[in-house]
Amino acid sequence: MSNALLHYPNITALSQALASRKLSATEIAQDCLDQIKQQASLNAFVHVDADLTLAQAREADATLAAGRGNILTGLPIAHKDLFVTKGWRTTAASNMLRNYTSPFDATVVHQLLEAGCVSLGKLNCDEFAMGSGNKHSAFGPTHNPWDRSAVPGGSSGASAAAVAAKLVIAATGTDTGGSVRQPAALCGVSGIKPTYGAVSRYGMIAYGSSLDQAGPLANSALDLVDMLDVMSGFDQKDATSAEHCKGLPNAQGRIRAEFDSAAADFNGNPAQPLKGLRIGVPKEFFGEGLSTDVAQAVEAALVQFQKLGAQRVDISLPRTQLSIPAYYVIAPAEASSNLSRYDGVRYGHRSESYTDLADMTGRSRAEGFGPEVQRRILIGTYVLSHGYYDAYYLQAQRLRRMIADDFQAAFTQHCDVIMGPVTPTVAQPIQQDQNDPTADWLADIYTLGLNLAGLPGMSIPCGFGTGVSGKPLPIGLQIIGNYFDEGRLLAVAQQYQQVTDWHQRVAGQA
Amino acid sequence: MAWEIVIGLETHTQLSTQTKIFSGSSTRYGALPNTQANEVDLALPGSLPVMNKAAVELAIRFGLAVDAFIAPRSIFARKNYFYPDSPKNYQISQFEIPVVQGGTLSFFVGDQEKTVNLTRAHLEEDAGKSMHDDFVGPHGEASSGIDLNRAGTPLLEIVSEPEMRSAAEAVAYAKSLHSLVMWLGICDGNMQEGSFRIDANVSIRPVGQVEFGTRCEIKNVNSFKFLERAIQYEVRRQIELIEDGGRVVQETRLYDSERDETRSMRSKEDSHDYRYFPDPDLPPLVIESSWIESVRATMPELPAALRTRFISEFGLAPVDAAQLSSSRDLAGYFESVNAALPPDQAKLAANWIMGEVSATLNREEKDISQCPVSAASLAALLTRIIDGTVSNKIARDVFAAMWAGEHQGQPDSIIQAKGLTQISDTGAITAMIDAVLAENAAIVAEYRSGKQKAFNSLVGQIMKAAKGKANPQQVNDLLKAKLDS
Amino acid sequence: MALTDQEVALIARLARLHLTPDQLDQAQTDLNKILSVIEALQSVDTTGIEPLAHPLAAVSDVHLRLRDDVVTEITSTERRAALMANAPGAANGLFLVPKVIE
Repeated sequence: MSNALLHYPNITALSQALASRKLSATEIAQDCLDQIKQQASLNAFVHVDADLTLAQAREADATLAAGRGNILTGLPIAHKDLFVTKGWRTTAASNMLRNYTSPFDATVVHQLLEAGCVSLGKLNCDEFAMGSGNKHSAFGPTHNPWDRSAVPGGSSGASAAAVAAKLVIAATGTDTGGSVRQPAALCGVSGIKPTYGAVSRYGMIAYGSSLDQAGPLANSALDLVDMLDVMSGFDQKDATSAEHCKGLPNAQGRIRAEFDSAAADFNGNPAQPLKGLRIGVPKEFFGEGLSTDVAQAVEAALVQFQKLGAQRVDISLPRTQLSIPAYYVIAPAEASSNLSRYDGVRYGHRSESYTDLADMTGRSRAEGFGPEVQRRILIGTYVLSHGYYDAYYLQAQRLRRMIADDFQAAFTQHCDVIMGPVTPTVAQPIQQDQNDPTADWLADIYTLGLNLAGLPGMSIPCGFGTGVSGKPLPIGLQIIGNYFDEGRLLAVAQQYQQVTDWHQRVAGQA
Repeated sequence: MAWEIVIGLETHTQLSTQTKIFSGSSTRYGALPNTQANEVDLALPGSLPVMNKAAVELAIRFGLAVDAFIAPRSIFARKNYFYPDSPKNYQISQFEIPVVQGGTLSFFVGDQEKTVNLTRAHLEEDAGKSMHDDFVGPHGEASSGIDLNRAGTPLLEIVSEPEMRSAAEAVAYAKSLHSLVMWLGICDGNMQEGSFRIDANVSIRPVGQVEFGTRCEIKNVNSFKFLERAIQYEVRRQIELIEDGGRVVQETRLYDSERDETRSMRSKEDSHDYRYFPDPDLPPLVIESSWIESVRATMPELPAALRTRFISEFGLAPVDAAQLSSSRDLAGYFESVNAALPPDQAKLAANWIMGEVSATLNREEKDISQCPVSAASLAALLTRIIDGTVSNKIARDVFAAMWAGEHQGQPDSIIQAKGLTQISDTGAITAMIDAVLAENAAIVAEYRSGKQKAFNSLVGQIMKAAKGKANPQQVNDLLKAKLDS
Repeated sequence: MALTDQEVALIARLARLHLTPDQLDQAQTDLNKILSVIEALQSVDTTGIEPLAHPLAAVSDVHLRLRDDVVTEITSTERRAALMANAPGAANGLFLVPKVIE
């Protein structure tokens, strides 16, 4: 068998194969390790340790043999190298942490391990999650499995690539400005960013603390339910972790229950499952800059949803364009402070030669951080500095409230979910001369608003466009919900995936 | 030129919690280096702060004690600066909206009462410690060692308005604040261990000028004696500087106790742009009025209230009342002694506690809680003064013997064993007077010629003859009667 | 609102990033480009709008959860070793840094 994940392309199927002993977790893990070696040129994995992986696989097999397994037991996953892990190094794709090993696991890592998942290692990403092409990595770029010359997206580019390339059945990513949704879209997989506070940030290396959320990437909305449900839950070690979600305790089981309930509702009306669902379509998401192929694919998806019975409503999110400067003030500001701890004193890179303490710190940081990270630290420092704090930082936070209010107005008055594109174009080439540090920013226009507002959003494949190289490249549809509406969002997405097969296409076999 | 001194104090008090402000690490003093610093305290990647409820409760207690406004909603902010004893290279503190706002502190300077307004008190985390011994770094460089056990200890930073006008006032304020935080049980006050650290902001201005002069901050003074000297030196320095035509530069200075001078700190941040912003990891601290009321209900009687009660109930002078209410233990001791005495003897009890008891405690560097003479025993001794068994002077000898534990510290046993009972018999005293007068005709003559001192000399001789045990009042009265007759 | 050489140098110093003169030049160019995009914020009228620091505060009362004052960490040299394992310079249980003269 060449690739278990090709034969069992979703969690349900693979889990059944394990439960019925067709395969063992150890066999699957070994198979994935082999695949990772074969596809090393993708450069998705930055740390692989077969011993650690196989030890977890053996544990999983023992659990299954004892009849104590659940749906995730023995499944091969991987973690973005922004989650700290005992055993495997954690580098945040940075020279600053090239040799760092954490003494503790991130909560998300721990919860997935407890559920019996087997980790295949750590995934490449943009350094400290700053970037949208997985190009800003100390370990080199990751490639898009659909077209090696194209980016997989970022910052969780390798998370999406690894799932798309069938190296793992699911992966963890982080989303601060779109970094789960955008790579999911560009790699043709499904990904979700939950409501801020639904998933613990403990052990997730901080970039923009008020924006960061962990989220899974997988092959379908159904798979995302399994992953997200286990990842979610109140964590007392994270003071921003939500204790309650719309009155219900934030605990494993909540999202699954809400998904099941919504799905049951929908499935109860087979002809028009989504009858009564109002889909808001923001006109600002379809303006200048949106490429034709993306516009067409998204439009086709919306038509499909209408066929499922949903009602389409035109809405306006007037400050969509302003989400860009707001985000690019707030995220770098928080990052500049979050990254101050990397000073070569207690861990991380320390320069080889220095004259005194300030010099040691200054050189260590200049040597350890890549240019994109340094740029964001500098601009973040500036917008917080004396005399500029009000005009930039506070102004951005005011805009943030207005953007959050815009979404609330839409949800209160017009629609239940919002849909639109994830990215303006398909994946761009990796080789791109870029003198302009803001060149990639405009492409974040559809995703940033959710992070500013803290809302949940997901991306599911909805078609293909043509890349610069001529190859077909995936296009994603973004589905946005109100606070803590993850369960329903996933059920809506699943209805679409029941009548389409974009999410089942395999890279290299389009 | 007549100069006015302007002083404001910022006091960092370590709160007596079991754990740190943002982590569950112990705050116990004296552990091996870095054994009380977990991933949060070391700022390892992925770590996050979680707020300690007890630290907030102690801040509320302080706010109530100084009659301050307790903010129903206060914000934690990051104070960004790089220093190796601050692992995140930002300190979580409070900036625009602190938990405690305003308040006042009243205290005595000599026998003058002064009230100073507080600006605010806010919660923040302490930094670690640098050991400047001779360590060798990974490239052979001279190095300091950093111990982060202290990093994350909860601090309440208490800021006064710049209303003190002399080193003495500043010291009196500091001592009063020190007593108060120990009184409230929010800080152990151990200055050697760094539990209570004072920064003094000192400036001068010509008398009558309204604008403040440029101030210098003297950091981390950890004794009242050094505080006084540091301020005095700094004031002199600033006056001399200005009178020589120079200008005071705003800067941070350290007090060097060996040289008795303040020095500019070269290593501190050259630019003080802390880039404060609300910490995204910590939502706003909300304090409901029900919590404040429940803290209020468990507050001990405050020193100020106690002081007032001592004045009104026991008729003590304000200065005495203030001294006796400087610690809960001392106040408790006083009240116990007083309760065991006949009515209207509070002044006697006060004098003895502030005098003999305190002096002996100070000499032996003991605290009232370690006093070997119990309140009951002291009351028993004082009763013997009241009923004339011993004079005040002899009682001091009895007290010394009680302190040393002679005769199980029982005053009556000591008095009897040493034969210290006062002689109050008129006949006996008259006899002694006659004897002394007979032998001191010259002094008698001096007295009769108007020299008052001669009287005292005669009294002295009589007391000597009586081995100090004659009732002084009776000696005085009888002698006067004899001489004037 | 372009940044001058000195301003860029100050920002780099505040951020403890030791940049070469060439890097400072490039940073100046980059930052000024970034500022030109961020400037769009200035034109927005935000009178009467409170800054939003915690996203969920837009719709609910988000406040700080408090932890009980109970020791949860063990005090031991073994634990210390695990936590200090990544230290570039350490001795006698202390982190070493170039000496700072005060």
